[in-house]
Amino acid sequence: MREIDVSKITDALCEMCMSINYELSDDMKKALKEAQQKETAPLGKQILKILDENMEIAKTEKIPICQDTGMAVVFLKVGQEVHFIGGPLEDAVNEGVRKGYTEGYLRKSVVSDPLLRVNTNDNTPAVIHYEIVPGEDVEITLAPKGFGSENMSRVYMLKPADGEEGVVTAVVDAVKLAGPNACPPVVVGVGIGGTFEKAALLSKKALARPVDRASEKEHIRKLEEEILEKINQLEIGPAGLGGSVSCLGVNIETYPTHIAGLPVAVNICCHVNRHIVRTI
Amino acid sequence: MDHKITTPLTAETIQQLKTGDMVKITGIIYSARDAAHKKLIELIEAGKELPFELNGNVIYYLGPTPARDGQVIGSAGPTTSSRMDKYTPKLLELGLKGMIGKGRRSPKVIQAIVENRAVYLAAVGGAGALLSKCIKSSKVIAFDELGTEAVREMYVEDFPAIVAIDSEGNNIYKD
Ligand code: SF4
Repeated sequence: MREIDVSKITDALCEMCMSINYELSDDMKKALKEAQQKETAPLGKQILKILDENMEIAKTEKIPICQDTGMAVVFLKVGQEVHFIGGPLEDAVNEGVRKGYTEGYLRKSVVSDPLLRVNTNDNTPAVIHYEIVPGEDVEITLAPKGFGSENMSRVYMLKPADGEEGVVTAVVDAVKLAGPNACPPVVVGVGIGGTFEKAALLSKKALARPVDRASEKEHIRKLEEEILEKINQLEIGPAGLGGSVSCLGVNIETYPTHIAGLPVAVNICCHVNRHIVRTI
Repeated sequence: MDHKITTPLTAETIQQLKTGDMVKITGIIYSARDAAHKKLIELIEAGKELPFELNGNVIYYLGPTPARDGQVIGSAGPTTSSRMDKYTPKLLELGLKGMIGKGRRSPKVIQAIVENRAVYLAAVGGAGALLSKCIKSSKVIAFDELGTEAVREMYVEDFPAIVAIDSEGNNIYKD
């Protein structure tokens, strides 16, 4: 058994909130650089250059890349040999988010009730997903999510007979409907299988996976490539103003499902696809 | 075509702007997003005075990050305009001439843009750090309690945007 003081989780999250809002992970930086080479439309190229300059300013001056610094989505993989001390884990997570968003001059974008809509003024609570795994480590993944693109995400409950073709159509349709609103070039996280909520969770996890890491399953990897190509054929382009680069990557996660169903969740993320991992 | 324009927008300026043109805006603009729009409409319905003059003016759909010491404003890029669609026709009717945001507008908004000879400009979404450099002053003039959603009066210099819907209703976004 390993004892971990929850203050370590707070400290880690505080730092993660700040750093990922000032500088994207290497996979995203690489994808955006490559996009500049690939884009053929002059206006599209110009916009990608602006995004590149923006990232440089954000990094050097510690100004958030985007003003929507997101709602904090936290995935905690907790080793089952871990014993937490020093207080409730959930409070520690929220304290990390509170500190990070306050000390890092990040935007407070969370309201305490979806209908009454009063700002909590510290960007808490976070959306927390726990997973118990073997071992004695704690892996924290933080993925602050902007809502321009979150609002364009959707879940489809397809029929088994719809098959692969149905999945492709559903995902491409979702991205088409999102169009300029999701701040393209987008990254698309897809969850296929499980139940209604499992598919949605998988799609969020898919977004947190590095954009240059393809699925390990052969047939899924092919599907990722096919969907990426079809989305780019839509020519939505950077900022939705037309161009050859509409999507930087499609990540798919799957899970076994019911004989009667084919759930497909499409979580769309903008080019400011923030994800960061720390292990304690 | 590239234009350098100043606010408030005159009928002449608006007439020159065509969908796809690049503009650089200098002058005063006002920030307002979801919650502030709701409040503006409530004030109008109650027959009360608005915190700023709509006539000829430009609203930027923005909720910035907080400024650090010595900064005018934090990250300051556009938010999705369609969430304001419900409120926009009324504001256009009352003299609003320009909007800066990102993404598509509803047919009703496009119609109101044409009827009132206004213009909808798109700024680059997700470029908030860069865009903040064009904002030279900023002060909250209303709804301070809304935090990031408060109404700010901002002086901008050469703020870059693209004409997305011109006064004739030409739309840069394909369906
Ligand atoms: S969709 Fe992304 S890039 Fe666009 S405003 Fe929201 S967080 Fe920023």
